[in-house]
Amino acid sequence: MREVAVVGFTQSPSVRREPDRNEVEILIPVLQALREQTGLAGAECDFICSGSSDYLAGQSFAFVSGLDAVGAWPPVSESHVEMDGAWALYEAWVKIQMGYADTALAYGFGKPSMGDLPITLALQLDPYSVMPLWPDTISVAGLQARHCLERGLFTADEMAAVAVRDRGNAKTNPYAQVKGDFTVEGILAEPFLVNPLRKSDCAPISDGASAILLAAGDRATQICERPAWIRGFEHICEPMDFGVRDLGRSRGTEIAAEKAGVSSDKIDVAELSAPFTHQSILVERALGLPPETRINPSGGALAGNPLMAVGLSRIGECAARIFRGEADRAVAHATSGPCLQQNLVCVLEGR
Amino acid sequence: MAELTAVVGIGQTKYEAKRDDLSMPGLVREAAERALADAGCSWADIDAVILGKAPDLFEGVMMPELFLNDALGGAYKPMLRVHTAGSVGGSTAIVAASMVQAGIHDRVLCVAYEKQSESNAIWALSISVPFSLATVAGAGGYFAPLVRGYIRRSGAPEDTGIRVAVKDRQNALRNPLAHLHLEDISFDLVANSPMLWDPIRYLETCPSSDGACALVMEKESLASRRPDKVAWIHATEMRSEPTMFSGRDQVMPRATLDNAKNLYRKAGITNPRREIDCAEIYVPFSWFEPMWMEGMLITERNQGWKMTYEGATAMDGDFPVNMSGGVLSSNPIGASGLIRFAEAARQVRGRADQHQVDGARKALGHAYGGGSQYFSTWIVSSEKP
Repeated sequence: MREVAVVGFTQSPSVRREPDRNEVEILIPVLQALREQTGLAGAECDFICSGSSDYLAGQSFAFVSGLDAVGAWPPVSESHVEMDGAWALYEAWVKIQMGYADTALAYGFGKPSMGDLPITLALQLDPYSVMPLWPDTISVAGLQARHCLERGLFTADEMAAVAVRDRGNAKTNPYAQVKGDFTVEGILAEPFLVNPLRKSDCAPISDGASAILLAAGDRATQICERPAWIRGFEHICEPMDFGVRDLGRSRGTEIAAEKAGVSSDKIDVAELSAPFTHQSILVERALGLPPETRINPSGGALAGNPLMAVGLSRIGECAARIFRGEADRAVAHATSGPCLQQNLVCVLEGR
Repeated sequence: MAELTAVVGIGQTKYEAKRDDLSMPGLVREAAERALADAGCSWADIDAVILGKAPDLFEGVMMPELFLNDALGGAYKPMLRVHTAGSVGGSTAIVAASMVQAGIHDRVLCVAYEKQSESNAIWALSISVPFSLATVAGAGGYFAPLVRGYIRRSGAPEDTGIRVAVKDRQNALRNPLAHLHLEDISFDLVANSPMLWDPIRYLETCPSSDGACALVMEKESLASRRPDKVAWIHATEMRSEPTMFSGRDQVMPRATLDNAKNLYRKAGITNPRREIDCAEIYVPFSWFEPMWMEGMLITERNQGWKMTYEGATAMDGDFPVNMSGGVLSSNPIGASGLIRFAEAARQVRGRADQHQVDGARKALGHAYGGGSQYFSTWIVSSEKP
């Protein structure tokens, strides 16, 4: 395997609604900042891959306009996944591994405020048997949380503690959307949004974008003083049907974590993109994180959830801590689909 | 550095206007099962699944790979979903191949599909969103001015497109999987069909199809042991450019020219017309055959129409194009690019049945999309590079 590292990361602030900017206008400053950070962020890169969803934009080929933000001229070698940008980064990493590229840009962007996100996401479900019932995302996640609580896998207090931790951490993150001093008692006093989920158990709806630059070998050390070397990069998809998988564990994350070598050494930092508190607990357990690991120092998805970029940002947040010497080894997680259906794990190291 | 990779299994559904005998999982599974059978593999032999399709609005399912995972034997495996506009089928093959070429997986399943009967493609392509230029004309309305531009520049006779349409539909009669089997196809039938978007007539356009295509690809050490011919991937290339900006040549975009140059350089091809035995080119509107003959540097600028006119692109010509009947005869949009790549592989494996080009050893698969701005291509051969 080639030595490949994250050498640059930039993001937009996560905001509930970007009323005045379209996706390209959100993306342009993110890519400009990446160019300032690394010296390259567009047609200079050997390969470019993006992640976005037509359904968030309500338009076919919504990703095409991303080429305007990139400034794809002269024409670029480029691809797109209809997935979170974390998987775009994976494809970019593969292209470097095969020797097709030495540098690669991955970006993700989403503007879910254009529609009603929990209802839009119902369109991910089986279109013949489940989707016609229009189960929204929060209700589907609520079924999973209820299942876990009834099995005694954790308590509502433990769920609330996740939100307290993440939103407390987010106070130092200028890009975070929901942050502050929450308490378990305060959260438990909130009315149910969808029983057993309270508003604070749910990630916010966020517009936003993020971008990462990858480089191989010597190029990485030329661009970045302390690159975040990718030591493991795995992703696993489970079947969708709720009846055929164990909703009380994230089996896909377990497999990806094992293949990525998460448990082989200490972990300073972990960034999880679980959009609900109970899912965060399931992912933490699946990753097998040791007690001293600092989880979601940025606040994670519960503090800012720009769909299609939120997973990529988790990898970026881990890398940024390695750039700054705050961490030597970090684990990032991304997810997609209902009830943690699809999961990605990336292990990064400072050396 | 990259691992040599080969196509070892190919499966396609029958293409039809409406496959109402199958659900979406049933459709993709039909193609995948045929590819596995062709490769002599079981589901357990597959390391990862790469799925491609065009806009989700075509079927009304958001990220349908998630619910199709199970039907494609993808449970607890890596799965990736590619979407690069009309070129997506080609891009999906390239992404799948890169997983093996990078040494990450030994054997992958690559699937692309569209079930256009679930929705209305013209509608899905014509949504008017705020702050964006809306043509609300579907793909034909978008491409007609580009065809006009080509005719003006090249001086091509106005009936060139008709000749392409007749040739591809005649080829389709040799392909039992093709959607359109127009037994009475003739110059006059095409010429007298209604003008939809001047200069594009009804019979010069692609149909709207349901269908899926699947490939099994594997690394050299596995593929070399096979007794049957495999299709070795000599080179792949992708190029994209923005939809519109001042001075952009939309008729002959730089992205196609750059793509062709890089593809041939990687494949060690110096004279593509002589060295490539046949090609499956993405031709959704008839005129794009001569246009891409130039765009793929098969012939000189403004001379592409002569290849059509002189019969060079016919089955018995010196550079056969779209032996399967092409996009003009079957068009499940998200799969159309992969079908081109698959048909190129069938040719070099000598497995193209009634539409086999005798002795084809090296073939070109091609797809394009968006506003003539996304290009994916590959060169496959019966011989290792």
